[in-house]
Amino acid sequence: MKESDPPIPTAERPPLIEFRQVSRIYGRGLAEVRALDRVDLLIQAGEFVAVMGPSGSGKSTAMNILGCLDTPNAGSYRFRGVPVESLDRDQRARLRRHYLGFVFQGFNLLNRTSALENVELPLIYRHIPRAERHQRARQALAMVGLTGWEHHTPGELSGGQQQRVAIARAMVTQPSLLLADEPTGNLDTARSHEIMDLLTGLNRDQGITVLMVTHEADMADYAHRVIHFLDGRVADTRPETEAA
Amino acid sequence: MLWNAFLLALREIRRNLLRSFLTILGIVIGVAAVIVMVTLGGGATRQVASQIESLGSNLLMIRVGQHMGPGVGSSAPSFSVADALAIQREVPSARAVAPAASESITVIAGNKSWSTQVSGTDNAFFDVRNWTLESGRIFTESELHGGRSVCLIGETVRKELFGALDPLGERIRLKTMSCQVVGLLRSKGQSSMGSDQDDLVVIPLRAFQRRIAGNQDVRLIQVSVRDGESTERAKQDLERLMRERRRIQDSEQDNFSVRDMREIASMLTGTTQILTTLLTAVAAVSLLVGGIGIMNIMLVSVTERTREIGIRLAIGALEREVLLQFLVEAVVLSSLGGILGILLAIGASIGLASLLQVPFVFNGGIVVIAFLFSAAVGVIFGYFPARRAARLDPIEALRRE
Ligand SMILES: Nc1ncnc2c1ncn2[C@@H]1O[C@H](COP(=O)(O)OP(=O)(O)OP(=O)(O)O)[C@@H](O)[C@H]1O
Ligand SMILES: [Mg+2]
Repeated sequence: MKESDPPIPTAERPPLIEFRQVSRIYGRGLAEVRALDRVDLLIQAGEFVAVMGPSGSGKSTAMNILGCLDTPNAGSYRFRGVPVESLDRDQRARLRRHYLGFVFQGFNLLNRTSALENVELPLIYRHIPRAERHQRARQALAMVGLTGWEHHTPGELSGGQQQRVAIARAMVTQPSLLLADEPTGNLDTARSHEIMDLLTGLNRDQGITVLMVTHEADMADYAHRVIHFLDGRVADTRPETEAA
Repeated sequence: MLWNAFLLALREIRRNLLRSFLTILGIVIGVAAVIVMVTLGGGATRQVASQIESLGSNLLMIRVGQHMGPGVGSSAPSFSVADALAIQREVPSARAVAPAASESITVIAGNKSWSTQVSGTDNAFFDVRNWTLESGRIFTESELHGGRSVCLIGETVRKELFGALDPLGERIRLKTMSCQVVGLLRSKGQSSMGSDQDDLVVIPLRAFQRRIAGNQDVRLIQVSVRDGESTERAKQDLERLMRERRRIQDSEQDNFSVRDMREIASMLTGTTQILTTLLTAVAAVSLLVGGIGIMNIMLVSVTERTREIGIRLAIGALEREVLLQFLVEAVVLSSLGGILGILLAIGASIGLASLLQVPFVFNGGIVVIAFLFSAAVGVIFGYFPARRAARLDPIEALRRE
């Protein structure tokens, strides 16, 4: 089967991400929750952005929409200039497959599946030939410092190692945008800084745009700028003077 | 993509080896049952056919009534010895004519008893049925005329009543009649339908009519046709003669039947085939049950692996790729069941065939059909769970633990 991807116009270099008055409402009537309330957001290619905010403020909801896993109830989301609302399920899957990398809250690795196979997974869906797949997956694991751990399953890896496998899986396709929802959530400080160094490296050396949700100010300091969420709204954007 | 899905499916099956095995057990048993039934049925049919053929295609049987089997046609008048004599006189192609009447009787010798088929007939019987003697002699003219109390016995009767002793000259009791064994028939072995051809006692027809039946009836006339003569012609001659003798009007149906062995063979094999078909249908139901088992386990598997499916979808798997993965898994599972079932069936058929003394007739067609059917079961019963997996909402799926 030959891939037929949605054409992504890149003329004029539109911003990588453009939210216009995006709302996401769960439930109806009295049970209605405005997880996102008319959010405007602009992120350029190459940025490293941290997202902060109290629990329930809509961070994960925003990440799901950014990741084309969910669609807004109102407003428009353009990814590289393409209005995501106009794409169907398969087209959005292709967009995810080719441009996005996810590091989910809580790893989300396949159980009882080796680190190597986990990292290979997105390459399988890109129909990369077997030999190249192996090579690229090994390379990605090497970059996160897991050479020698290729054949261990998530159950045999520490939390930090699992998180690094998840990052390797997200970056192995060299995505345009890497979305990380609390990538250091369950890690100790030393491990957290390792992960942050990794993300910084990916952003700087491979030009991958990184969007990261975090609760810790220490981690947010690695980003170029921080977006604060509060009750489904973007509170303020504090530009960083210079990245570390 | 298909190859990938196939490898993935194999890995998934290996991961849950015990459960996979239990899942396909229904298919294994179903496929095995169908193949064993068809194979044994085919063997039985061939055996019936070949044994009846070996009895001789030149044997014609004239029975009272229109149908085979006991209890039927009893309202029609019996034959008599005169009918047999008339056949001998008027049908030149008849080589030997043996009138007979028989009954199942418990025979006693000393302190042993044995239930067997006792036939009253004459010496022509040994000719038409190709009996030869192990020892002793056949009846004398005076024994036949006088209806003397003498008998010939088959090998099975000898074994049951006399064991290692020589039966010649010994006496056996048939109801109130005590008769002397004058001959022992050479063994013919098992017959069609598994009945024992050697399980018989033969006495003069007169003795049977007088001492056992208490009437002059002849229920069966067996005629052997001369070599080189047409069995079909002889059959027509016999029918015409019997209609005449029984005064059957042109408008009336025969109240007797003349059958050659080929006809009897096709009737018997027909019966075997009906039986085989029925048993196969029952076996096929178990295949269906096996399919439902697969559907059940696939649904469980989809529920268990919701998170995995969510990850795959989030990473960029298309709906149809997930569908294909689960469908291929179901088909690989059920095909595996089919293959195991086929192997089991071949083993069981060989074993059972030798146990039941039926020839092993390998039927390649049914093996192929059973395999395709098991794969189809996978497609049909795997589709619903697979579609359910593919339609999952990735966010919902990821949220699930
Ligand atoms: N599927 C859903 N159905 C109904 N309400 C939802 C759903 N998902 C999220 N919500 C609600 O939307 C709001 C925002 O949730 P969200 O998960 O985006 O918060 P968050 O900022 O990621 O919080 P946390 O820091 O705890 O992860 C919450 O009030 C939550 O209860
Ligand atoms: Mg969250």
